[in-house]
Amino acid sequence: MEWLARLGSATLARFSAMGRATFVLTGALIAKPQPMKHIPLTIQQMYVVGVQSLSIIVVSGLFIGMVMALQGYTILVDYGAEGSLGPMVALSLLRELGPVVTALLFAGRAGSALTAEIGLMKATEQLSSMEMMAVDPLRRVVAPRLWAGMISMPLLAIIFSAVGILGGHLVGVDWLGVDAGSYWSIMQSTVEWNEDVMNGIIKSVVFAFVCTWIAIFKGYDAVPTSEGISKATTQTVVYSSLAVLGLDFVLTAIMFGIE
Amino acid sequence: MHPSSLPGLHPTPVMELLNTTMDNLVDIQHLTFRRQKRVIYDDISLQIRKGQTTAIMGPSGIGKTTLLKLIGGQLKPDSGDVLFKGESIPGMSRRRLFDVRRQMSMLFQSGALFTDMSVYDNIAFPLREHTRLSEAVIEIIVMLKLQAVGLRGAAHLMPAELSGGMARRAALARAIALDPELILYDEPFAGQDPISMGVLVKLIKALNDALNLTSVVVTHDVNEVMSIADYVYILAEKKIIGEGTPEEIRKSDSPLVQQFLNGEADGPVPFHFPAPSMESALQGVK
Ligand SMILES: Nc1ncnc2c1ncn2[C@@H]1O[C@H](COP(=O)(O)OP(=O)(O)OP(=O)(O)O)[C@@H](O)[C@H]1O
Ligand SMILES: [Mg+2]
Repeated sequence: MEWLARLGSATLARFSAMGRATFVLTGALIAKPQPMKHIPLTIQQMYVVGVQSLSIIVVSGLFIGMVMALQGYTILVDYGAEGSLGPMVALSLLRELGPVVTALLFAGRAGSALTAEIGLMKATEQLSSMEMMAVDPLRRVVAPRLWAGMISMPLLAIIFSAVGILGGHLVGVDWLGVDAGSYWSIMQSTVEWNEDVMNGIIKSVVFAFVCTWIAIFKGYDAVPTSEGISKATTQTVVYSSLAVLGLDFVLTAIMFGIE
Repeated sequence: MHPSSLPGLHPTPVMELLNTTMDNLVDIQHLTFRRQKRVIYDDISLQIRKGQTTAIMGPSGIGKTTLLKLIGGQLKPDSGDVLFKGESIPGMSRRRLFDVRRQMSMLFQSGALFTDMSVYDNIAFPLREHTRLSEAVIEIIVMLKLQAVGLRGAAHLMPAELSGGMARRAALARAIALDPELILYDEPFAGQDPISMGVLVKLIKALNDALNLTSVVVTHDVNEVMSIADYVYILAEKKIIGEGTPEEIRKSDSPLVQQFLNGEADGPVPFHFPAPSMESALQGVK
């Protein structure tokens, strides 16, 4: 009987957390826009969240593209189909690896930093003092970070895929000797704008929204102590990763599922 | 004009005047507040009169910071009411509360400077958020405020580069940046040397007199605050144990009040956080 009570209270706690998360989201997004104030703040955060994540995204994209080309080549060459290396690398990156790996890296690099930053601002009463100055921290602190994450991550995913395709070229064409013309031309004729590129972008927009929301909510809702913040940071990475992988399956099923 | 006819120097006649003609900026009525099960305040009532400096004193952990947060609407009372200009703070919508907060400011006990901005930007923050002043005017105001707390030379430093006392003074400068009607100071003198303490005491007094602001000062520095306060409340044991002008408080025959003023460890006010007796605690240790 006791487990039932525990289940009940755990469920209630989940629901109340979801309510608070929705409050944070609506408080940050639904407000009279003040472009003169908020656009510079958002750009500043895009630098922190996006530009500073560039190096890890570029390096990971390059290596993943190189590994894909290497693996793909060893399989395709047996069937004499190494000319299809280009589309293979491009499709996997655009449809799956670009959005998913970018989101996972983003959660670890930028999401955890967002949680820790906002949590620490809460613990040091910076958010309270902002409230006492009649400045809503949801709009002044949270909203720019939310927008910055939602804008940056899809761009990072595109960069990831582009660099990955170049990495594939590096290994496939320059090293293993696949014909450069076929690498590019078969890729161009196979990859469809709507089917592949747009679906990948939609995926990364969804991941961006979910990851940034989780990161910001976990920071804003953190218990204002060192343990509380460290726990919130861990949760950000774990929840974001699980959400991304789970949502990826759902989105793939909707987008590419059998008609 | 003879100095004794200035307000503040001659508390008694001024008090009488104020009691009859001045209204209450903040009126706390029958307030009860709990933290989980522990009662912090049990049915207290107190008034902050407009244009006065009200001091709130009491032992550590009694709930002085809590009281300021109740006035600022950051905490909600379990029962009773907090009125600001006659309007109930706990009953306000979030939006109205933010409007009302433009008329007050609070110096946090921890200072709570924004760590990602320089001292200058911290003090300019409320001005940039709530006014349409040009940067040139903002710079003048910021420099004046920093000068008043003796930190003009530290304008470009980041909060992490300040000492504890300097951070407190920078936070004070930020709290007074907009010259709000009501300023809540949570331990403005903590960590200050005697010289800066004297300067801050004068600053709070000057703000109060020159701009006719209303100040609430929470502090442990009995002598400093008694010199500037118009009215004093002493809190202990969930209640107000003494109130009055500094004169009245000094003359009070309440043993509780005398113990607090003279800093005696033994007396009716307990020094310890509620706990089982030391004997019973030690009996468990074998
Ligand atoms: N966030 C909190 N959760 C639970 N209890 C709290 C919290 N903050 C404060 N308290 C409790 O409320 C009581 C009053 O705290 P408060 O900070 O108002 O004391 P204070 O009078 O300002 O003390 P000090 O002079 O040391 O600053 C304390 O006993 C503390 O244990
Ligand atoms: Mg306190």
